[in-house]
Amino acid sequence: MAEPIFSHIYSNGLVLVAEPMPWLHSAAFTMLLPAGTAQEPADRSGLSTMTAELSFRGAGPRSSRQFLQDLEALGIEWSQSVSEAHTSYRAACEAEKLGRALELFADLVRRPHLPVGELEAARQTALQEWRALEDEPSQKVVVELRRRYYRTPWGRPSQGDLEALQTIHHQEVVQFWERFYRPDGCIIGAAGRFEWPQLVDWVGELLADWAPGAPTEPSQATNPPSVGHLPYDSQQTHLAVAYPAVPYRHEDYFRAWSAVHVLSGGASARLFTEIRERRGLCYAVYASYHSLRDCAGVFCYAGTTAGRAQETLEVLLAELRRLADGIQPEELHRLRARVKSSLVFQQESSAGRSQALASDWYHLGRARTLDEVDRLIQSLSLEEINAYLARSGPEDFSILAIGPQALEPAGFRTVQVEA
Amino acid sequence: MEFLHARLDNGLEIIAECNPHAHGEAVGLFVRTGSRDETDELAGVSHFLEHMTFKGTTSRSAEEFNRAFDDIGAYCNAFTTEEATVYFTAMLPEYQERALELLADLLQPAFRPEDFETEKQVVLEEIRMYEDQPPFGADEKCRSLFFGAHPLGRNILGTLQSISAMTVEAMREYYQQRYAPGNITLAAAGRVDFERLVASAQRYCGSWAPRPVRQATAPVQPQEHFQLLPKPLAAQQYVIQLSAAPGADHPARYAANLLAMILGDETGSRLFWALVDPGLAETAALSYSEYREIGVFSTFLCSTPEQTPKNLQMVRTIYDRAAGVEPITAEELRLAKSKLCSHLVLASERCQNRLFAVGAEWIQRCRYLSVQEELEAIRQVSLEEVQSVLVDFPLNRAATVAIGPLTRLEIP
Repeated sequence: MAEPIFSHIYSNGLVLVAEPMPWLHSAAFTMLLPAGTAQEPADRSGLSTMTAELSFRGAGPRSSRQFLQDLEALGIEWSQSVSEAHTSYRAACEAEKLGRALELFADLVRRPHLPVGELEAARQTALQEWRALEDEPSQKVVVELRRRYYRTPWGRPSQGDLEALQTIHHQEVVQFWERFYRPDGCIIGAAGRFEWPQLVDWVGELLADWAPGAPTEPSQATNPPSVGHLPYDSQQTHLAVAYPAVPYRHEDYFRAWSAVHVLSGGASARLFTEIRERRGLCYAVYASYHSLRDCAGVFCYAGTTAGRAQETLEVLLAELRRLADGIQPEELHRLRARVKSSLVFQQESSAGRSQALASDWYHLGRARTLDEVDRLIQSLSLEEINAYLARSGPEDFSILAIGPQALEPAGFRTVQVEA
Repeated sequence: MEFLHARLDNGLEIIAECNPHAHGEAVGLFVRTGSRDETDELAGVSHFLEHMTFKGTTSRSAEEFNRAFDDIGAYCNAFTTEEATVYFTAMLPEYQERALELLADLLQPAFRPEDFETEKQVVLEEIRMYEDQPPFGADEKCRSLFFGAHPLGRNILGTLQSISAMTVEAMREYYQQRYAPGNITLAAAGRVDFERLVASAQRYCGSWAPRPVRQATAPVQPQEHFQLLPKPLAAQQYVIQLSAAPGADHPARYAANLLAMILGDETGSRLFWALVDPGLAETAALSYSEYREIGVFSTFLCSTPEQTPKNLQMVRTIYDRAAGVEPITAEELRLAKSKLCSHLVLASERCQNRLFAVGAEWIQRCRYLSVQEELEAIRQVSLEEVQSVLVDFPLNRAATVAIGPLTRLEIP
């Protein structure tokens, strides 16, 4: 797996970071723009999503319809999403079409028409997504907990707020685009079958003369723990628990990550075993790491019949607290084995690698090879992981439940209880 | 890339697409049994049985299984459809033998009564979970309207009643009937060592006793019905429509796939431009699935309750016009082929995807198709073939279920 990673920083600040994967027939890229929800004005939650939505409605020489038709005629698989820090555009295609895919997306970010006549359609699309989330309590509970967990403007959901979505003006979209669709702060991760020198030239021709705009990120912090309940008339309760964790670039990151993996990483993971296998309390239960640049959290979810929600919460919290006692040697052994094979399977996906490269660069200012990740994880010792857990095991839990009744976080320091 | 095939004396088939350049490998046991093979009393037994296999054998507990797969870093999972139950694992090629040993052992479950009761709770939770998620069971309701009493009309998960009432003895008997080696295919894809795979299969599956399996076929008579289910607290209105489509053995199945893409792919289709792009609907999509003897076109619409009547009318008009005054164009077909072919090529880079494709092709049609052959079959489809699917399988002759805040809705 010893493929080198190349990177180039253009004079306008744009970063290109790439890993050739010559055994594949595909190529993929991920473009991170510093245009996340954290950049939205306080009463304009949803502006970044509306901007991304409108950007697809015509760009460069192409109308909205022509743009999409050309993308699809090339067989490009693409997606777009908005997180707290970024608006991301992703594309994967057969390798020989990479140059043309880059051309289309360069137009999209630099020369979108942002047509005023399409604003209402873009607004309706965003409103539909907002409403759809209301019908998905299993997702909404995590989205809402993240909003409560991070200090505003971080933690804002991409779906935005109803009131803001209804009143966003065209001028605000144009201004948001002008300010944040900029090369400084933009990272392009590319992976797959290509020649690095040619890729540097392609991207340079398309984007090197893009004028910088010096966007800056607001500072990041978390809120004190909270306990909340959102009433929802259903036979199920969806519960989410978050606790503080070190960010991706922290020296303790892989120690903390290992513990989350032991909780939720494989068939023998603790949450699955204790909550589903031994007690049959629910079908879906997981924990996942979420990292901003300067702070992070672990977010756990379980969905269960309302009458069993209290017990599920108690078992979940007990499992989280038990981590402070450390993990077992066999758990570390299994973690290493799973990481080994998951790294091999990452070599099957140019799209997945392109995302990892761009994300690494955002967090670290460089990207790790799969070999480096492997070394970092294989060299972790049980003693260092357990020493870390002894001093910073899960605590300060934030809890949110969506369902017919509120839950009792027994034995817990409750900082703030909402009605 | 090489395709290889073998058969054990007890009838178990072994197939593999061997790719010496792959980094990983995926192996699966494809059992030709699913919800379609159940009786009403045993609705959901195939899926529940899939869960029970993970609860351990006489020699290994559930937790030992989970740890054993994790010990070799193998990802292992299973799924149940109307016609198949598939157990699979993706792992490093050096663990091929161990992975197959574990997978084969999974298929000899102990059926411990206490595990049966615990897992029953998990399955009941799974049923309730889907009832609580969009489209809130409307998809299952629509299946049952469309297929009537035919086994394809049943929910794969079964019902709260059928699962609650199920006994471990009934499950064991179903297992005895359906999990015969002649009804199972061992498939592999990626960096496969075929010779060793056959030897391992002989070692771990060779002792499975052969027994005859009956493949029941009941004639299908699709029904046109409409049902409105009120769900006052939902934010959106969800509509599912099912109509007949070419079955798994029908020569027009690629044409049907392309037609669904042209009319109702998530982006760039007629439904997309008319409903999703202008923001009239969150989703408006048409998809195609194939079963033995029959296929299904499914239309899915999600939008605000107020907009739903107009949207339904628009969907109807789009389907009518496609079959009449606005036939499919050569350009639309060219675009759809390009999308479908590229999707196939990109997906084929993952050996797990190849495992599913090769395994499904074999248990469905008893043949192997390479990616190249499949691309060729798609490129061969003519405009006339696509257009005649619209004539032979009218999209507007459908069963429809709508669920959401609306208390009145006219079906156009």
